[in-house]
Amino acid sequence: MIDDIARIGASAPARISAMASLDELRALEAELLGKTGELTALKKGLGTLDPEERKIAGQAMNEARSTLEALLADRRSVLENAQRAITLASERLDLTEITDELERGTVHLVTQTWDRLVDVFLGMGFTVAEGPEVETDWYNFEALNIPAAHPARGMWDTLYVDLGDPETVLMRTHTSPVQIRVMTDGEPPIYAIMPGRVYRRDTADASHMPVFHQIEGLVVDRNISFADLAGTLEAFTSAYFGGSIHSRLRPSYFPFTEPSAEYDINCVFCEGSGCRTCGQTGWLELGGCGMVHPTVLSNVGLDPEEWSGFAFGFGLDRLALMRHGVDDIREMYTGDVRFLEQFPS
Amino acid sequence: MKVLLTWLQEFAPFPSDDPVALGDVMSDLGMAVESIERIGEGLDGIVTVKVLELRKHPDADKIQLVDVDLGDGEPLQICCGATNLTVGDVVPLATLGTTMPDGMEIARRKMRGEWSNGMLCSGRELALGEDHSGIYILDPSLALGTPIVEALGITPDVLFDLEINPNRPDAMSVAGVARDLAARLGLPFSIPSPTVEEVSGDVAAMTSVQILDADLCGRFHLRVIEGVKVEPSPRWIADRLSALGMRPINNVVDASNYVMLELGQPNHTYDLAKVPSGELRVRWAREGESITTLDGIERNLTGRRDGVITDGSDTPIGIAGVMGGASTEISELTTSVVLECAWWQPMAIARSSKFMGLRSEASARFERGSDPEILDLAARRLAELLAPSGARLLSGSISADGQMPERKPVTVRTERVNQLLGTAIDSNEIAVILRSIGFGVDPSDDSGILAVTVPTFRPDTVSETDVIEEIARHYGYSRIPNRLPTSTQTGSLTPLQRDRRVIRGVLVGLGVHEAMPLPFLAPGDLARAGLPAAAVTITNPLAAEESVLRTSLLPGLLRAIAYNESHRTDGVRLFEIGKIFGLPAAGSTLPDEREHLAVVLVGREAPAAVQAWNVLAGTLGFSEPSIDQSVSPAGLHPGRSGALLVSGSVVGEVGEIDPGVLDAHGIRGRVAWLQLNLGVALALEHGQRAYRHISRYPSSDLDLAFEVDDAVTAAQVQALLSDAAGELLVRIHLFDVFRGASVPDGQRSLAYRLRLQASDRTLTDEDVASVLAACVGAAATIGGTLRG
Repeated sequence: MIDDIARIGASAPARISAMASLDELRALEAELLGKTGELTALKKGLGTLDPEERKIAGQAMNEARSTLEALLADRRSVLENAQRAITLASERLDLTEITDELERGTVHLVTQTWDRLVDVFLGMGFTVAEGPEVETDWYNFEALNIPAAHPARGMWDTLYVDLGDPETVLMRTHTSPVQIRVMTDGEPPIYAIMPGRVYRRDTADASHMPVFHQIEGLVVDRNISFADLAGTLEAFTSAYFGGSIHSRLRPSYFPFTEPSAEYDINCVFCEGSGCRTCGQTGWLELGGCGMVHPTVLSNVGLDPEEWSGFAFGFGLDRLALMRHGVDDIREMYTGDVRFLEQFPS
Repeated sequence: MKVLLTWLQEFAPFPSDDPVALGDVMSDLGMAVESIERIGEGLDGIVTVKVLELRKHPDADKIQLVDVDLGDGEPLQICCGATNLTVGDVVPLATLGTTMPDGMEIARRKMRGEWSNGMLCSGRELALGEDHSGIYILDPSLALGTPIVEALGITPDVLFDLEINPNRPDAMSVAGVARDLAARLGLPFSIPSPTVEEVSGDVAAMTSVQILDADLCGRFHLRVIEGVKVEPSPRWIADRLSALGMRPINNVVDASNYVMLELGQPNHTYDLAKVPSGELRVRWAREGESITTLDGIERNLTGRRDGVITDGSDTPIGIAGVMGGASTEISELTTSVVLECAWWQPMAIARSSKFMGLRSEASARFERGSDPEILDLAARRLAELLAPSGARLLSGSISADGQMPERKPVTVRTERVNQLLGTAIDSNEIAVILRSIGFGVDPSDDSGILAVTVPTFRPDTVSETDVIEEIARHYGYSRIPNRLPTSTQTGSLTPLQRDRRVIRGVLVGLGVHEAMPLPFLAPGDLARAGLPAAAVTITNPLAAEESVLRTSLLPGLLRAIAYNESHRTDGVRLFEIGKIFGLPAAGSTLPDEREHLAVVLVGREAPAAVQAWNVLAGTLGFSEPSIDQSVSPAGLHPGRSGALLVSGSVVGEVGEIDPGVLDAHGIRGRVAWLQLNLGVALALEHGQRAYRHISRYPSSDLDLAFEVDDAVTAAQVQALLSDAAGELLVRIHLFDVFRGASVPDGQRSLAYRLRLQASDRTLTDEDVASVLAACVGAAATIGGTLRG
């Protein structure tokens, strides 16, 4: 019997490794170890042996069985891997054969710029205020120290609407009326920015639209100075445009601020060395700013001796255009998907 | 305002060596330099030559060969494309090696096989004007080989173009710019006193003035100049006027303009012979009056709005502060001139000029406020300029006064200056700064409180803050430190602002692009979109297409769809968040302005919009969103639209755009539409989400199909089943709708899958059976029968 066991054990490895498929291997396994298999048949003969022989044969049989099981498992693993490899190979796909792309929409370039600006100011402790786009003369002009027939009214080409007395209700020409609303409805300290859509009586061309967007900032608190204005704009400039871009202020005139200033930044294209975009000056004019005019504070019931503040404002569309090198502002407003989809973020 | 460096130098010794640096100082003072032009630069190497012979180029039709003489008699061949040359002309030649004003270098080159030894120049090529139609023909008597700068008598100069702010009337003159600049640079400034000999004469017998309306004119000053000979101005005057953008006309008009540009005092010259008895009156215009102005246009005047100067017969002969009349205009026959220098009420001139639509160099200065103290200086300066032509200024003048604004010293507190600027400037430095620009400062005691007298050329400066701005300007904005305010406030968005970002995020994820159509519509756009025509209109639109304010986002998006389709972009998905403008609510003067969201899905049917709404409603956390199809919003397909409700309030509409509306816009196919009134919707409580425990016990699915009348909505059936299933229900959804032979007419089968699960136990068969029974019972209440 020992010999029989040894024979099976000796011939099995070659037989097992000759199996080319899992089916064949399963058949061989039955043949070797199954109920009607060779080893099982030998096992039945154990009873006929004397105890000493039976012990030795039993041990040999167990050893042979484990050896065979291990060999079968190894072979099965090899065959399974081969089978899996064949399946995987047959499932190969050309991953560039995409016929139904997923489509994502886009947020408008103006909104992207709007949110980006807002986020910088949120980080600086500002809240975001909004107001109506159709305004009364009071909020848009009078309260801002621009009385009727003031020469400065010529600075804005105003669209009026047919409501109330003639030329008393208008499309707001700037976001500044929101300043008045914020100061009238709330009380200092005020740290607010006011993005919004504004209107001018202007024919559309590559750099003008009758409808465009501005963002305005207002701070009213005790002891606010021109130095705070300069510092705030410098901090914003570096945060928004990058650390290498700085701001400067130049004297200017606005009826609602005094002292007033133009707010320039280093040209973002040449970083100040001079290029075509900045007319070789190294600077880009961004907007206007200044200390809130005492008359404006009085108009909203604030004592200019107790409170002081600054305001600033600039165009938003131009920043959107500049960031992406868009050379015609009209492109932003046609709703042309070929334009919109170019700016996924 | 343009200024020439040499002109500025007549008032202060400005250096000539670095115009750019000078320009930087002007900008830093708030007189922003828009351009700097160097006159006469880049003309070295350009000399006068005479045309000796014109020959045809053997190999080119558009080029001719020109032999020129530089003065040595030797013919030099030049190739030239211009055709305005004749033999004997004296013309400018850019010789070899010359760098032209535009940077081009002149070299010897062959043109179609013929040598060209230089370039004959047009006016534009010499930067002497815009003319590029031919070669610049010079005076034939000029010596040949003369440098062009010498031949033309060009004085090298620098022209600065400045942007002057409305609060700087003083900077509307060469002298005023010089004053500001000299102060910053620490240079001595003075306006030279005119040297003009006055001859005696009885001015009072020749002319007179009466101010009838004192609120129009503050001061009216007249002088008489005799022996006037009207002729072209001397070259230097004409050149300066041209450089500053004014066309030279004759010596009288030019002198008048010269004085205005130099001193900022607009003035007017009358031909004395055309003013009966030399009598002048000043008053408001009367309704119905008109006048023909110097530009030959007859203008109707408005009473109490426009001011006029009349003659003794009360006939208007000039519009006060804006433009003179044609009837008393200087002509070649003029020999005696009445010269008017006046101070007009700025607001009067501003109003008159604005509403008449007539802006002049004079009105621009008067409306900002001119200097009432230089009237006679300006008159004498004008006479001085005219003197070389033989004109004589008569001694004596006629003056009349109206109302002048009261001028009071301004109290300026040093502490306030520094508080507002964030600086530490002491009162001595403040005094030095202010005095340098003509302000008077009473010697300060230790209190730091200064009494500041404002010069007459700064009428804009009336308050302490005005003075502080002047201090800041001359102290230098760049010297003011940067500081950050210490806000105790935290930055945050409002819930509405946060929700907008959420909405955009959802729609972008659904493949929808944000568009921004303009809020203006053409008349008829609303009707074409199937909407009521009532809307707020623009009083003064630039174009009819921009004369109506939208009452809905629909027309703008329809236009955007049509635009895309016309550019072969089909199936666009667009959304917009923007304001719409309804007619004012009772008691309000402002429109009923509301913020809407609208979505258009081209090529999609109504359910696509409902799907988008469901995602939005779910994301925003609206409670009980539903659709009421019993109403059919304007502009939408009546059978495929409805109102959107949240907690029973109407918040918007959903469906498909009316095919008729689409037709009217040339849009093919269907367009799904969703509109949400954000103000209403987002004001409702939303976004409250309590955590729902996720059960660890197995769930069980129950599929139920009911045959239901078409009149009963799927949403109603679902609501009934949900109620019936009770708290074991964790999810329900409609997974199949079937109409066909096995279902009775007028009905359809709605198949729902209900997932049931208990939070505390494994479901039993009895649990499932009782839900089934409850659902069947509930469906029966609306006539629904379970399909076997």
